[in-house]
Amino acid sequence: MPSRLDQYIPQLEALAAAQGLVYHPVDFEVVPASFMMEVAVYGLPVRMPHWSFGVRWVYQMIQHRMGHSRIFEVVFPGNPNHAYLVDTNSIEENTLVVAHVLGHADFSRNNMAFVRSQEQVGYHIVEQAAAHAHRIQEAIDQQGEQRVERVLDAALALEPHIDTDLPLNRSRYQRPERQVAREPGEADFGGRYARLPGVKAAPAATRLEPLHIPPRPERDLLWFIAQYAPEMEDWERDIFLAVRKESWYFQPVFNCQIMNEGWASYWHSRLLREADFLPSQFYVDCMKTHSDVVSPHASDKQVALRINPYHLGYVLWERLIAERGFSAAREIMQQEDDFGFIRNYLTAEIADELDLFVYSASRAGAVRVTESTLDQLRETILAPKFNFGAPRVAVEDLGSDGSLTLRHQYRDDGRGLDAGRARHVLDYVQQVWRRPVRLITVDGRGEETSLTATAA
Amino acid sequence: MMSFTDGEARNGLGRWYDLFSRGTRDWLRHNAKVRQAVRDHLPELVAGSDVLSNPRDRTVKVPVRFLEHHRFRLRDQDDELGAGQGANVKPGDVLRPGQSGSGTDAGGGEGEGPLSFVLEFQIDDILDWLWEELELPNLQPRAGTAIEEDVYVREGWDKRGARSRLDRRRTLKEAVKRRSVQPDSRIPIGNDDLRFRQLARRPKPSASAVVFFVLDVSSSMDEHCRKLAKTFFFWALQGIRRQYTSIETVFVAHTVDAWEFAEQEFFQVRGEGGTKSSTGFARAHEILVERFDPARYNCYLFYATDGHNFSEDRGAATTELQRLLPLMNFAGYAEVSQQSHRHMDTEIAAIWQRLAAEDLPVGSYMLNEDADIWPAIKAFFTDQATRTGVS
Repeated sequence: MPSRLDQYIPQLEALAAAQGLVYHPVDFEVVPASFMMEVAVYGLPVRMPHWSFGVRWVYQMIQHRMGHSRIFEVVFPGNPNHAYLVDTNSIEENTLVVAHVLGHADFSRNNMAFVRSQEQVGYHIVEQAAAHAHRIQEAIDQQGEQRVERVLDAALALEPHIDTDLPLNRSRYQRPERQVAREPGEADFGGRYARLPGVKAAPAATRLEPLHIPPRPERDLLWFIAQYAPEMEDWERDIFLAVRKESWYFQPVFNCQIMNEGWASYWHSRLLREADFLPSQFYVDCMKTHSDVVSPHASDKQVALRINPYHLGYVLWERLIAERGFSAAREIMQQEDDFGFIRNYLTAEIADELDLFVYSASRAGAVRVTESTLDQLRETILAPKFNFGAPRVAVEDLGSDGSLTLRHQYRDDGRGLDAGRARHVLDYVQQVWRRPVRLITVDGRGEETSLTATAA
Repeated sequence: MMSFTDGEARNGLGRWYDLFSRGTRDWLRHNAKVRQAVRDHLPELVAGSDVLSNPRDRTVKVPVRFLEHHRFRLRDQDDELGAGQGANVKPGDVLRPGQSGSGTDAGGGEGEGPLSFVLEFQIDDILDWLWEELELPNLQPRAGTAIEEDVYVREGWDKRGARSRLDRRRTLKEAVKRRSVQPDSRIPIGNDDLRFRQLARRPKPSASAVVFFVLDVSSSMDEHCRKLAKTFFFWALQGIRRQYTSIETVFVAHTVDAWEFAEQEFFQVRGEGGTKSSTGFARAHEILVERFDPARYNCYLFYATDGHNFSEDRGAATTELQRLLPLMNFAGYAEVSQQSHRHMDTEIAAIWQRLAAEDLPVGSYMLNEDADIWPAIKAFFTDQATRTGVS
């Protein structure tokens, strides 16, 4: 089987280049389904050990056994990209996957979110994650499994709480320049004058207020804790920064899922259509797979409570390329993420055509379709993607006693946090912060409330 | 522009991921944590009487949930909005009727509904954990010489003794020592070199125990009561078993008369009519005197009933107990009932309370539901430690 694939890959690549796709080289590897499943669960081929991955892995196994989930392809952007194909898939399926991966490779080379992330993280996250895993294994050998696990509990729970608007490598908070300049220094005339005998000390008007930490609410919890935790050990900071770096890498994948999958689906169908070197029956089989992948979750008369991102993205790109041409679509691909993509290009027509709707699900499980405007539909699709899929929680204050105050920005999120879970997260954080930790959010009645760790 | 690797061709060693599954590793770690968590909540878990389904296996199966790795999440709302897809759907259409009680899995979550799986635990492990967890005192063997047996223990060496106790290694050492100071000696091993092990006689508390289970099987004892009694008996017995090397059990059921049963039949026994608890105690006493020398056995008795007794039996029951209890290390009275607001104001409870006031080694426990079992077990082991005076 691989031998035929071996032939097709260069031909598909040549076709892609002719179509104007620009990408870093792709390393393809054929792997067993079991490995694929792990890659899908861990997000990276080699990653740190943590029990929570074990839970996800078992869920994935169950889904797989029940036939609900099938993984076709995983690709890790970088230079080179690493793409994995499953050895149990048919050659037709894997040929489609190769074309699909080329679409992804083009996307991740050119889309701004990916470009910016890769500028920060570099092009070798697969290798770096393996190195992180190795270092963490060393920490386990030195510190024991339980101590390392406590740190990972905290770090992985805070995984989405990063701030990619600021650079990956940040130094600690600095005083703003102009304030520093006003400080009376040794060499400063005012300072020397003040020390002359007989001169009364000038009123300390220019004395600086101590810098409040953080100077503004800090959303990068992983960074803040690694930098400012009063009693954290170096190996613990190391783990926090490792998790943060991997999270940085995951963010564009998360933020561009609809666009990215749609783009790759568009290109696999187009490349295969134009691949005249494929036997015609072979092409038909490929297209069967294609229609499985990009079909809505609801077949004919059914109704699905989820939207297949492959399908939505595919339809939007097809429409955009047909209406505005290839180069305009390419520009959109480079500049948008899912937020811009859905808000700008999901039109009422397309929403109608795809039969998209908004529903509300009650606590008792009743689901009813609600009246909605196009804007509401767009925002409902995007809602799970806000802020990397997590509530907005920021550091508000580092107390003089080393205590940590977090504040949930509940006005942005519209409601408070799930108090039980939040307390458990505080438990995790407490284990590495080692001083009092509290979190301000609102309760069910909208009153501000302060949560502490359950153990405290 | 590209390279293509088929894993197998890569090197002669095969692929690293064939050798090791990270998913399995982390899943096992998760299970170890669940075990720990279960251990931390053991009293609540094993109180569920289902664990008794087959105690002969010496294991119990506990259904557990997957652990959740917590993250910050918004509070659940009464109505979650979601986006869906499907033809011919109008606002107001109900796509799924509400089900009362069952959890919601709406809103296109990750589909990770609560799944549970079953872990198997060794009863012996559970008991060890429980004793740690509840900080239960160990059982107090009966004080006094009567219950002690003499055992011989090795202690020291002598130059004389029976041949069979010759310590050859020690003898040889003595010979080597002697020859090193008498280089001219030709005797390889002399009589003076011989060393014999000495035995000393030491009293040792008896490690045998007999446990009497007396159960009221009159018609007023319903299924619920029996189940509570059974669970209480089971764990009490396991606790006693922990301490003594040999244990004998006696099962006595009574209505207006009393009979001894084998363990298997004991809990199936169903009687008719009223209750005369004195008969049960008389039967237990009879068996005790007949088969078990109270001087050699640690004796425990558990009595479970719903508390109702013929009032004319009061005198007889009290007398029987007064005869029986001094022979016991400790006796526990478990009153089982459906109602949760009763405060041991029954006929039998009154008798036992009076006996407790007389300083006999007894304790009374109220059982209404599964959750009461552990406190009762705990109280029993604590009481027996304080009442027997040694601690």
